[in-house]
Amino acid sequence: MKSSILGAAPLAALTLAAGVAAAPAAVPPAAVLPALAPATITVASFPDLDRAVKTALPLWEKLYPQVKVKLVSLQIDDHHNSMTTALAAGARLPDVMAIDFRYVGSFAESKGMEDLLQPPYGAGQYRARFVPFTFVQATSSRGTLGAMPADLGPGTLFYRKDLMDKAGIKESDLTASWESYIAAGKKLKAATGTYLLAGASDLADIVIRANLKDGEGIYFGDKGQVLVDSPRFVKAFELAKAARIAGIDARTVAWTGEWAEGFKRDKVASQMMGSWLSGHLAKWLAPASSGQWRAANLPAGALASYGGSFYGIPKKAANKTQAWEFIKFMTVNKDIQLHSLKEIGAFPALTAAYADPMMDEPQAYFGGQKTRLLARDTAAKIPVIRVDKFDAVARDIVNMELESVLAQNKDIKTALADAKALITHRARR
Amino acid sequence: MNTTMQCAETGSIPARPAKKRYNMKQWAPYIFISPFFILFAVFSLFPLLFSIYLSFNQWEAASGVEAMQWVGLDNYKYALSDPWFLRSLGNTVWLALASGVPQHLVAIPLAAFIHNSFKRSRNLVIGIYFLPFITSSVAIAMVFNTLFSRDYGQINVLLQWCASLPLVGGLFPAESIDWLGSSLFIKPAVAFVIFWRYLGWNLVLYLSALQVIPKDLYEAATIDGASKRQQFWYITLPQLRPMIYLAVTLTIMGNLQLFEEPFVLVAESSGVSQSVMTTAIFVYKTAFSSGDFGTASAISWLLFLIIASTTWVNNRIFSRNERREAK
Repeated sequence: MKSSILGAAPLAALTLAAGVAAAPAAVPPAAVLPALAPATITVASFPDLDRAVKTALPLWEKLYPQVKVKLVSLQIDDHHNSMTTALAAGARLPDVMAIDFRYVGSFAESKGMEDLLQPPYGAGQYRARFVPFTFVQATSSRGTLGAMPADLGPGTLFYRKDLMDKAGIKESDLTASWESYIAAGKKLKAATGTYLLAGASDLADIVIRANLKDGEGIYFGDKGQVLVDSPRFVKAFELAKAARIAGIDARTVAWTGEWAEGFKRDKVASQMMGSWLSGHLAKWLAPASSGQWRAANLPAGALASYGGSFYGIPKKAANKTQAWEFIKFMTVNKDIQLHSLKEIGAFPALTAAYADPMMDEPQAYFGGQKTRLLARDTAAKIPVIRVDKFDAVARDIVNMELESVLAQNKDIKTALADAKALITHRARR
Repeated sequence: MNTTMQCAETGSIPARPAKKRYNMKQWAPYIFISPFFILFAVFSLFPLLFSIYLSFNQWEAASGVEAMQWVGLDNYKYALSDPWFLRSLGNTVWLALASGVPQHLVAIPLAAFIHNSFKRSRNLVIGIYFLPFITSSVAIAMVFNTLFSRDYGQINVLLQWCASLPLVGGLFPAESIDWLGSSLFIKPAVAFVIFWRYLGWNLVLYLSALQVIPKDLYEAATIDGASKRQQFWYITLPQLRPMIYLAVTLTIMGNLQLFEEPFVLVAESSGVSQSVMTTAIFVYKTAFSSGDFGTASAISWLLFLIIASTTWVNNRIFSRNERREAK
């Protein structure tokens, strides 16, 4: 294995050139860096992850001036569709492929990606440096590693403290149990007219992925069996239904204009999602309510992983050596990981970053709260969740059945039985 | 062939450059026309043939071409037993009828009205109606998402204003309607956008047909005392029949392949998105969400068969009517 920039002591002293105003204190001597042949590598990514690459590029260029990086970015679904097509054709493949959590199961399972555990990569040596569940998410049923984890999304409850104060609701009322969360929502609605939730389906979504056992999948068991009629799903559907009946959800769908307006116009007082939502809240969802938001653990002590990003190398990539160095630069490099956290709120998958003083910084947007510490503690406890290439299909079907329960009063057990039958059919199991 | 014969007659060997020039002349037309055939072969014929082949294979595309496995008719059997496929067909037919029929029922009288009422400003009016047809679907999605918004949309604002009117207020809903978030309203909302978008296209077709109807027919009818309404029923409509056939055929083919409007208007993650999931969207989801390109190809061919047979039925209906009238 070639010497890595990551082991190079001088790098630790570097200050990132991009976004970090000061230029690097010192560029490591050429001897400690692997001798990479000149090339232009293509990195295919999607917003907002592409910003993490953009802002890290000046430092990369200082370390490897001979390896130019061409960043190609498409909207998240278009990017993954485009990568699927490129893998199918075996042509026009990038050297480095960014992969979102939702797609990592199918890409890791595909035989078109390099197994990063094999030489010359040997990614196994870095496994202990990452939050355990992240490596498992990118591991296929054949035991190959399709991608390296870059960031993760510890499930977090974000809420508006000012609105809760108006209604006399304490944080413990929101987090003690799911029942107390719904009760707090009723109190909030009565006192302020504000919805506690953007959509009841958000609640179901987090309950579905919360408190899984190590090695368990969200929708599929270890033998590929469909789990959607298990008590976890019944509970999730019941809670979502209770929230809808209580009238505490704004009945919007995440990432739509209506959903965003709910935050902007102070109509929605909380949102459960990955810790990375903090970046979106501060930058465009609710910049005007800076200082009023707080972060907390999920209700009922729920622990959930919500999203994350990965980088992989297609088998037919042209510059694999350079691509692997770049992936290590983005994932195993503590400074770059922290830089992504600062720039886009992407929470590091690399545990070495957790000891950095940056984790302890109070966040002005959250009224001086140290939200990164909260995410760090959650990340450490999240169980290892197995992903399946049919997760996206199962999610669609479950969402459809949940809508039938919420809007058309379909019986929960019937809805889940229908979902199970359909998922079994679609996954050909 | 000609060159050889000439050589035999004269007994002389033709000069090399002359032969070259002759060959160039012979091949030049094919070379000039070849870009079309090359493009056709690469972008139409090959995908078509590949798609037929693919429909008999199971293929996880991200694993490359090597991952194809021949499964015979399994994909077709699987698709026909998939509840989502049948549901998507139902959605497609619903949207096709709900948006397609009004397009023609409105476009024909509107075209006649514009044809008779607007002289100089006619092109401007046609342009206004045609504008939605050439507008980007993303822009349309943004505008209609805003208009249809439950809490902030102008349509609900207007309905609520109407509901506050005395006497007629009771006819309008007092509560905001969740146009794009409720399975009850989402289909009509999407059908309206399709109707709005393609009305101008049909209008242009009918206006062009109206311009070639001989004026003598109307003059004779006026002399005979026929009213405007009678002229419309007994002259305009029968004369428009060939264009109605063309326009209806295009609508059938277009509406059965509906993709853009429901796709861009409705959030994919929304549970109600299934209510407007057309067969074309289902093909896309099967390919890119499930990674099952073989079944997606099989569904595409099933959709092709449905479109072809519907167009054939449409053709039979129109030609039967024509034969009946000829008798």
